[in-house]
Amino acid sequence: MTGVTPAVAVVPETRVRLGELRAFVRRNPTVVVGSALLLAIVLMATAAPWIAPGDPQSLSPAMRLRPPSKEFWFGTDMYGRDVFTRTIHGSRISLLVGSLVAIVSVSCGLVIGLVTGSVRAVDSVVMRVMDGLMAIPDILLAIAMMAVVRASVNNVLIAITIPQIPRVVRLVRSVVMTISERPYIEAAHSSGTPFRRILTRHLLPNTIAPLVVQATYTGAAAVLTEAGLSFLGAGTPPNIPSWGNMMAEGRSFFQIAIWIILFPGMFLAMTVLAVNLLGDGLRDTLDPRLRRCL
Amino acid sequence: MVAVARDRAASDHLSRTEGLDSAAECRIRGEERSLYVYLIRRLFATLPVMAVVGLVVFSLLYLTPGDPAALIAGDLATAADIAKIRQKLGLDEPFLLRFGKWSWGLMHGDLGVSIFSNLPVSRLIGQRLEPTLALATTTILFAVTIAVPMGIIAAWKAGTWIDRAVMAFAVFGFSFPVFVLAYVLISAFSIQLEWLPVEGYTRLRDGFGPFLANLALPSVTLGSVYMALMARITRTSMLEVLSDDYIRTAYAKGLTPDRVLIGHALKNAGVPIITVIGVGLALLIGGVVITESVFGIPGIGRLTVDAILSRDYPVIQGVILVFSGVYVFVNLLVDLSYALIDPRIRY
Repeated sequence: MTGVTPAVAVVPETRVRLGELRAFVRRNPTVVVGSALLLAIVLMATAAPWIAPGDPQSLSPAMRLRPPSKEFWFGTDMYGRDVFTRTIHGSRISLLVGSLVAIVSVSCGLVIGLVTGSVRAVDSVVMRVMDGLMAIPDILLAIAMMAVVRASVNNVLIAITIPQIPRVVRLVRSVVMTISERPYIEAAHSSGTPFRRILTRHLLPNTIAPLVVQATYTGAAAVLTEAGLSFLGAGTPPNIPSWGNMMAEGRSFFQIAIWIILFPGMFLAMTVLAVNLLGDGLRDTLDPRLRRCL
Repeated sequence: MVAVARDRAASDHLSRTEGLDSAAECRIRGEERSLYVYLIRRLFATLPVMAVVGLVVFSLLYLTPGDPAALIAGDLATAADIAKIRQKLGLDEPFLLRFGKWSWGLMHGDLGVSIFSNLPVSRLIGQRLEPTLALATTTILFAVTIAVPMGIIAAWKAGTWIDRAVMAFAVFGFSFPVFVLAYVLISAFSIQLEWLPVEGYTRLRDGFGPFLANLALPSVTLGSVYMALMARITRTSMLEVLSDDYIRTAYAKGLTPDRVLIGHALKNAGVPIITVIGVGLALLIGGVVITESVFGIPGIGRLTVDAILSRDYPVIQGVILVFSGVYVFVNLLVDLSYALIDPRIRY
């Protein structure tokens, strides 16, 4: 080993790494495609001020309802606003809503789920409440919440997060209950391990994989719900260029200026598709039993 | 989830038949009795769920920050208007008293009164019931007749391009927002090709052809998400079943693929598929609001949209109760059908 020069030792390692990467891509195409697409959209959203430097709110009625051209890549809407600029800036709202809802709902659901899974006394009460919440279709509950508060991004976030929490709670609770039956938990308990330690070393790590997958699906659902709410007029305030708002405004003109609806719609579909692909791929990767039989 | 249910049911069954004289006779009597017990137990389980739904929907008005009456009255309202709305919403009475009165009214079919039209909510919903029911029925029929065979074929030809195509379609269908798909379909079929009307609704009694023509695009739009979900679950469930030994035996016996797939595999794979029909109904209900809005169908979804814009909270409350009730009822039917399809599930 001492005779081997450093240069020779480095090159085979890099080649092996590349080979591993290629094998990973071939075995998990959905994760790669999904995450690549999502990454592209996130980059686009972050670089919005540089890609689309105009002001998304600037009106110029003289230019209203122009079809896509060299000057206005996606055309203009009924107030003369550039659809391209608004679409790119709109991605920020959708991604913000998607990621925040996913993070908050998973965190809250994790805490509640761990508690109900471990403490039998609260279990039946909390699960009844969760079942009740799940019986109301998500978008209707969000609509009801938005109907009694002022329209703002914060309120939309809360309105979309709350219907998603019961699903996470159910997931975490089922994991906790399944794991708690296992012999090694009994062993840990009987050898005097404090509950806190069992929680952090045994229960929590087992919840991570299903939670990550659930987080992606929640994110996708959140993006769709936000767009739906804005489309119906119960979502983000109309001055904010979210994709749902753009499509709501473009409705009346869709027969003569379909680009107002088309481009935000396509971007919305792509974003949700990317997140769903990522979620599917992660689920297949993280749970070997669900992998496609070849 | 299905595996857990099956295991639990199997162990219950064993403990019930232990120590009985004639196994066959007691099995028959035991099964009949357990079906009724299951039915009653399941029925009673829906009550707490609906109670929670009612409580949630009722308390939203009280739990929100700020003054909902002022919000509903709008920016130009006077103090007198706000007071009137407070009284209409019942916000001036104590919470428990109001909840008691409201629940009592609910049990008598009184869903409240709309703030803006002063009509009873139950009447408003009753007027709009038919179009929504028609849309929901055509959508479910359409989705099930296309998605389930698709899932079966995808599972049968697992790993081939057919399988990948069906799965790709499923992921796309799940990701495409309902309203985007609606406009794409309208611009393709109604505007460019002019095969179908752009919007509107024709009653069944006014002609079956126009009835179907008006409902075709909305059903496809609404059904796309439902179909995607169902095709996927059908495929997954069938794959699980097809790897079992008795399928291999069936093929070895010389049965044709259609007999094996439909006669044996589908029956055993049936539980998750029927589950998703029930659970996917929530997606359907969510989509109905948007679809009716886009296609101009005068159903309950449109009622909800109008109520949103005018912040007519009693109407929204009533619609949520009705839709949740339907969802709970359908899932009850789904659970009961498990007991019929799979005799092991009767706990």
